Amino acid sequence: MAAEKTVTITDSTGVHARPATVLVNKAGSFASDVTVEYNGKSVNLKSIMGVMSLGIPKDAEIKLVAEGSDEQEAIDGIYDVIKQEGLGE
Amino acid sequence: MSKLKGIAASNGVAIAKAYTLEAPELSFETKKVGDVAKETERLQDALDVSKQELEKIKENARQSLGDEHAEIFSAHLLVLSDPEMITPIKDKIKNENINAEAALDEVANMFINMFESMDNAYMRERAADIKDVTKRVMAHLLKVSFPDPALIDEEVIIIAEDLTPSDTAQLNKQFVKGFTTNIGGRTSHSAIMARSLEIPAIVGTKTVTDDVKDGDIIIVDGIDGEVVINPSDDVIKTYRKKQDDFAKQKEIWAQLKDEPTVSKDGTHVELVANIGTPNDVEGIINNGGEGVGLYRTEFLYMGNSDFPSEDDQFDAYKSVLEQMGDKPVVVRTLDIGGDKELSYLDLPKEMNPFLGFRAIRLCLERDDIFRTQLRALLRASTYGNLKIMFPMIATLDEFRQAKALLLDEKDNLKGEGIDVSDDIEIGIMVEIPSTAVIARQFAKEVDFFSIGTNDLIQYTMAADRMNERVSYLYQPYHPAILNLVNNVIEAAHAEGKWAGMCGEMAGDSIAIPILLGLGLDEFSMSATSILPARTQIKDLSKEELASYKDELLSMSTADEVETFIREKTNQ
Repeated sequence: MAAEKTVTITDSTGVHARPATVLVNKAGSFASDVTVEYNGKSVNLKSIMGVMSLGIPKDAEIKLVAEGSDEQEAIDGIYDVIKQEGLGE
Repeated sequence: MSKLKGIAASNGVAIAKAYTLEAPELSFETKKVGDVAKETERLQDALDVSKQELEKIKENARQSLGDEHAEIFSAHLLVLSDPEMITPIKDKIKNENINAEAALDEVANMFINMFESMDNAYMRERAADIKDVTKRVMAHLLKVSFPDPALIDEEVIIIAEDLTPSDTAQLNKQFVKGFTTNIGGRTSHSAIMARSLEIPAIVGTKTVTDDVKDGDIIIVDGIDGEVVINPSDDVIKTYRKKQDDFAKQKEIWAQLKDEPTVSKDGTHVELVANIGTPNDVEGIINNGGEGVGLYRTEFLYMGNSDFPSEDDQFDAYKSVLEQMGDKPVVVRTLDIGGDKELSYLDLPKEMNPFLGFRAIRLCLERDDIFRTQLRALLRASTYGNLKIMFPMIATLDEFRQAKALLLDEKDNLKGEGIDVSDDIEIGIMVEIPSTAVIARQFAKEVDFFSIGTNDLIQYTMAADRMNERVSYLYQPYHPAILNLVNNVIEAAHAEGKWAGMCGEMAGDSIAIPILLGLGLDEFSMSATSILPARTQIKDLSKEELASYKDELLSMSTADEVETFIREKTNQ
C-alpha cells in the first residue's frame, strides 16, 4: 500500500529553486520513501537535483507517492506545504 | 603606473590594496583505495565541513544581501545532502574501490552535464551552482585551502579570475571596496552582485590577475571601466576627487529615483531603459526607470544551439512584463542577420551586411521564425503594458506585412481560446533615412516611432561605425541627423502619436537638451544613465530650448551645434 495525491501546480514560475528547496526539506522530515511523478518520469522527492531536473512548469499535474511507516502523514504534510507556498492545489 | 581597460560592471571609484582571491588548485589522481570505510568517512567529513561553511555563508548573505540572495545557499546545502548525489558517490567508492575525489568528480559532472544540456536557461544556470558546491567539497578532500573572502579584515580590492556566487556572498562591504576580474560581462552573476552591494567593479579585463601583484595599490574606476595600477600620489588625488564627486552626485540622483522626469518649466518626458534579458529589469527599478524603451530580443536567440521555443520566449517576455507592472515595455522583434549570426541559421556571407538580409527583411521571408516570436509576445501581452516594435523598416509595405502577420497570429490565438490584450501599440524603429524622410506617411499607420540613432547615423552619413578610419563621420549632432530626428518627431505629433529614441544619443548630455527642445517624448538609455539624465532635465527649460530649434536646424556643422549647446547649457 502506498499513499498518493495528484496536485496541479499553479505558481506562475512552476517548481523553481526556492519552492523545490522547501518541498525537499519537508519530504526529508519523513521516514517514508517519497517520489514525485511528472511527464512520465518519477524522481525521489528528497533529492533537490531530482526535483529540479523535472523542470515542472505552471499548470503541470504532478503525482506524489509515499511508501513507508508514515506515508499518509508524509503526503498530507507535503500537500500542506504546497498550499502554504501558493505552489499548487 | 599602468592602466588596464575592462567592462564597467558597477559604478563608483575605489582605491585600495590589491588582494588576490586565488582559485584553489583542485587537480587529483584517480586511485584505488583499500579501506573503503575510511574513504567513505573522508567523504562524509568533507561534506560536513562544507555544510558548516555554507550555513555560515548563508547567514552572512542574509545579513548583507537580504533573504532573497541568501536563498540560493539553502539549495546549495540541499545538494550536499541530496541522496541522488551522495548515494552514487558512496556506491562508486564501495563498488569500484576508487578514491572519494574521483567518485565525487564523476557523479557531479554527470549532474552538471545534465543541467547544462537542458533547454531552459534557468536550469542551465543551476549547473554553476553544482560546480560551486562541488569545488568546495573537493578542496576539503584535497586539504587545499578554499578562498575565504570573509577572513579579510583590512580595506582591499579583490582581484580574481572570476567570482562565484559563494565568493560574492561573502564579500564584506566594510573591507572589500571593489573588485576586478579577468572574465565576465555586465550581466554575469558577479557584476549583478556588485551592483546590489553598490561597490565599484570592473570585469572582463582578461589579464588583471597577471598584471597586478598582491599588495599593489590599485584604483578601480567603475565609471569609465579602468583599473589603474600603482598610481602616483597626484593621480590618487585626482581619483579621490572623482570619488567625492560621485558620492555627492549619487545623493542628488537618489533623491530623484522615484520622481517623474520633469523639466524646469513643467514638461514631463519618459526616461526608460534598454535591456537584453529579464535579469536587466532589476537595474531599471534600482535606477528609477519609467519603463523599457528597447528590449533587444536577440539574446534569446544567440548562444543557443537552436531557435528558442515559443514557450521559452513567452517565459522571458512575461517575466519582463510582470516585473515592470503597468509601465510600458517596448519589445523589438528579432534583429538578426548581417553581422549578427546564429550558428544554427545558415546564411550566405554578404559584401555589405549592414545593408543586407537582416532584421525585418529576414523575418518576412522566414515567417516561420517570425510567427513563433509574435505568438510568444501576444501570449505574454496580458501580463503587462506591451508595445511591439519592428526593426529596420524601409518601406510602408514592410510595416503592413509585419502587422498583418501579427494580427493573423492574434486571430489564431483567439481561435485557440488564448487571451490576448487588445491594447498593444505597434510601432517601428526609425533607423533608415528613407523612413525618417517620409515619417509623415508612416505616422498615419503606426502607433509610435522609436529612433534608432546608432544605425540612423551610419546610414545617413554612409560611414561604417565599426571602421575606425571613418569614425570621424559618426556625428550625432550633425544638422542632417537633427533635421531627420525633428522630421520624425513632428510627423508623430501631427498624428497624435509619440516619438522616442533608443540609441546611445538619447542618454548623451549634449543631445538631451537638443532632443528636449525638439519635443522628443521618450528617451531610452542604459539604466545607469537614467538618474543623471533626470538630474540634467530638471534644470532645463523646454520652452527656452524649443526657441533655438530653427537656429539649430539651419546650422552647417556638428561642431557649431555642439558649441552652441555647450554655451547655452553651461557644459
